[in-house]
Amino acid sequence: MPISPLQSLLIMLLCSLTVFTTRAIPFLIFRGNKEIPPVIRYLGRVLPPAVIGMLVIYCLKGVSVLAFPYGIPELMAVAAVVALHVWKRNNLLSIGVGTVLYMFLIQVVFV
Amino acid sequence: MKKNGYARAFRAAFPYTIPVLTGYLFIGTAFGVMYQEKGYNFLWAILMSIVVYAGSGQYLAVNFFAPGVSLFQVIFLEFMVNIRHIFYGLSLLERFRNMGKKKLYMIFSLTDETYSLFCITKLPEDVDEDKFMFAVALLDQLYWITGSAIGALAGSLIPFNAQGIDFAMTALFVVIFVEQWLTSDNHKPALAGLGAAFLCLLIFGSENFILPAMICIMVILLSCRRSMDGEVTCHAD
Repeated sequence: MPISPLQSLLIMLLCSLTVFTTRAIPFLIFRGNKEIPPVIRYLGRVLPPAVIGMLVIYCLKGVSVLAFPYGIPELMAVAAVVALHVWKRNNLLSIGVGTVLYMFLIQVVFV
Repeated sequence: MKKNGYARAFRAAFPYTIPVLTGYLFIGTAFGVMYQEKGYNFLWAILMSIVVYAGSGQYLAVNFFAPGVSLFQVIFLEFMVNIRHIFYGLSLLERFRNMGKKKLYMIFSLTDETYSLFCITKLPEDVDEDKFMFAVALLDQLYWITGSAIGALAGSLIPFNAQGIDFAMTALFVVIFVEQWLTSDNHKPALAGLGAAFLCLLIFGSENFILPAMICIMVILLSCRRSMDGEVTCHAD
């Protein structure tokens, strides 16, 4: 252990409080049974699709298109997930096949 | 009947959480391995996954367990890495409103993955919505804790090459994106999120793009309110 247990606990506690704060901010602002303003209701409706789009990019942020394998495994696996999901609409199938395909691509094909 | 509520909710929730189970076991394991290499055993890993419970947040936090790290820096970096979570509650203000004692835990456990499941999951019939959401949130955290414990205990013993398994998380978000696309007539918010994040990634780079992306998304959504809101707009485009 590089630092003392007490210091470790302190750091853990700070991380916990900070993470919790990011999640709690909207609930702190719109506390109790206060009427939620229409613009926030609107954001609550349109944010989920926008945020999911952002999270897809967030997951792929480490992909380099300039160096081998040029993001090809990610592109193929994402395309497979999309195609499979449009076709079958089965969450587990799309995720399972996409993940196995991706693992195969980076472990066997693009090495 | 009332007592059965939770058992029923957990049974109903489990199938929906299987993608997160897969993803969390493996990225949780990766965290456990990293933390254990710093000299912290599985009990520490479990404690951290109970009290912090954040994927990228915990990966980052591993670096803070070193001499001479400033506490201000810990708070600042941790906040920046998790800043995207500020958005999530905005869509759940009303759904969490009447959850009583559970509400605090629901807010605490609002990770990317749990939030995403709340976005698409259609409530199964005969299940109490609050209990169902609580079950999803708690199951997800249990997977995460289990994964981090496995990683800290036996990370080096994992019998097969798991490289790339974390793609399960990417695939989960892609599936949710597609699902939302197929069930909605209005694709502008989804495109705004995807496009703004992609442009900001190109401009600001992978380390710094989330905050600018969030600001862009907010600006786009607020300034194009009439065409963004499916309930106001007609299907003319």
